[in-house]
Amino acid sequence: MRIPCPLCGERDAREFTPRGHATLLDRPDVDAQPQAWHNYLHLRDNPAGETRELWHHTAGCTAWLVVQRNTITHAITGASLAREAGHAR
Amino acid sequence: MRYSAWAIAREGLTGNRGWRPAWRDPDPKPAYDVVIIGGGGHGLSTAYYLARNHGITNVAVLEKGYLGGGNVGRNTTIVRANYMLEGNSQFYSHSLKLWEGLEADLNYNVMHSQRGQIMLAHSDGQRDLFARRGNMMISQGDDAELLDVDGVRRHLPYLDFEQTRFPIFGGLLHRRGGTARHDAVAWGLARGADRRGVDLVQNCEVTGIDIENGRVTGVQTSRGAIRAKKVAIVVAGRTGQIAAMAGMRVPIESHVLQAFVTEGLKPCIDHVVSYGMGHFYISQSDKGGLVFGGDLDFYASYAQRGNLPMAEHVMEAAMTLMPMIGRARVLRSWGGIMDMSPDGSPVIDRTHVDGLYLNCGWNYGGFKAVPGSGYALAHLMATGTPHDSAAKFRLDRFETGRGLMDEEGTGAQHNLH
Repeated sequence: MRIPCPLCGERDAREFTPRGHATLLDRPDVDAQPQAWHNYLHLRDNPAGETRELWHHTAGCTAWLVVQRNTITHAITGASLAREAGHAR
Repeated sequence: MRYSAWAIAREGLTGNRGWRPAWRDPDPKPAYDVVIIGGGGHGLSTAYYLARNHGITNVAVLEKGYLGGGNVGRNTTIVRANYMLEGNSQFYSHSLKLWEGLEADLNYNVMHSQRGQIMLAHSDGQRDLFARRGNMMISQGDDAELLDVDGVRRHLPYLDFEQTRFPIFGGLLHRRGGTARHDAVAWGLARGADRRGVDLVQNCEVTGIDIENGRVTGVQTSRGAIRAKKVAIVVAGRTGQIAAMAGMRVPIESHVLQAFVTEGLKPCIDHVVSYGMGHFYISQSDKGGLVFGGDLDFYASYAQRGNLPMAEHVMEAAMTLMPMIGRARVLRSWGGIMDMSPDGSPVIDRTHVDGLYLNCGWNYGGFKAVPGSGYALAHLMATGTPHDSAAKFRLDRFETGRGLMDEEGTGAQHNLH
């Protein structure tokens, strides 16, 4: 697998550390109900097919990326900075 | 027909014309008392124990592919009961006892071999941890022996004891641990369930779950609608998709776990050996191949195959631990889809829908749990109360925080196990 880092260009996936589904960006407010935190921490859509997930470019620019990837074929179709994905909301 | 030495002799003398298929291949009926989604080890085991222990035989097992084509045929065949935490320890202890009587019970040779499992310690702290774990195993009623370096050397002379990075300090021997022939477990349970009247329906993909007034009434499948009073979801890595048909989001992420086998060799590894400083475990199959596995690839996957970086990592761990393995050639590798739960422990429970049950979250440990899991789920479905051995495998423990079973002590969140 090769991941197109927006800052470094296309790099071997071994430079990156996967962190799980991009739902982790949707952190609830500190005063949110426990159900919202349960939803955030534990429950997952777990898609078979296209997914968005967080990868850290550990051995590169150390940026957090949102990577679009297919969980059935392992094909990677895009990556953007998690910072910008966060600002877009 | 009953399998026996006499049957082999009789068939041998009469041209082997009397053997019959081990199970029927029925079309689904319009209605059943119980429908089990998933014809893997756990689903077949559930059907078997429903029929054997509770006399519930109007049961269908629906499998979208062929019986035993998923994780029960894609593991490293290890059977053990060396868990530490309350909840896990009694469940795996019960499961191992079921394994020990399984062949006689099924009239089927699953090649269960209690060759002993050794976990290796590579520091004083790890050895102390194993002493504690061993004591907890013994207090559960299972067996454990703490080995010093010489003790390990007597069992495993081929290891690299003096390596500078991770020298071996000792190990924990679990003599009743071992392996079993994975496919035979699926086939034996399938035959046992079929002989008691369970319909095993293959090439039958579930496409929907029918719910009326909060109660399950049946399933929609690629081979038509099937009514059912009770439905169990026993689909391992596919739990997310099937549970979504019942309007549920579940605490499961699906990941790929790889395993490897070498060409057949003469007997050289007599035990199941687990490396303590890398995710690596190995045994030798009765055919002679060295069967070994590693850690997750750590990204979500449904591909049933992994990538080379983890393969490289596993080979490095193997070479560090037992340099002799460098002379063997790897024949094949495969991957299974693990249903990873946040705390690394499973779920056997009811759901918010009456009559709908969930069995999932087996992480890397599903194979050894096959008899215990089916036994407990069958008990829950037949009696309405959880079996003592699995009463702590509750679905709501993540929401309430009560009764989390985090065996590794890393936290009850995804990606930590």
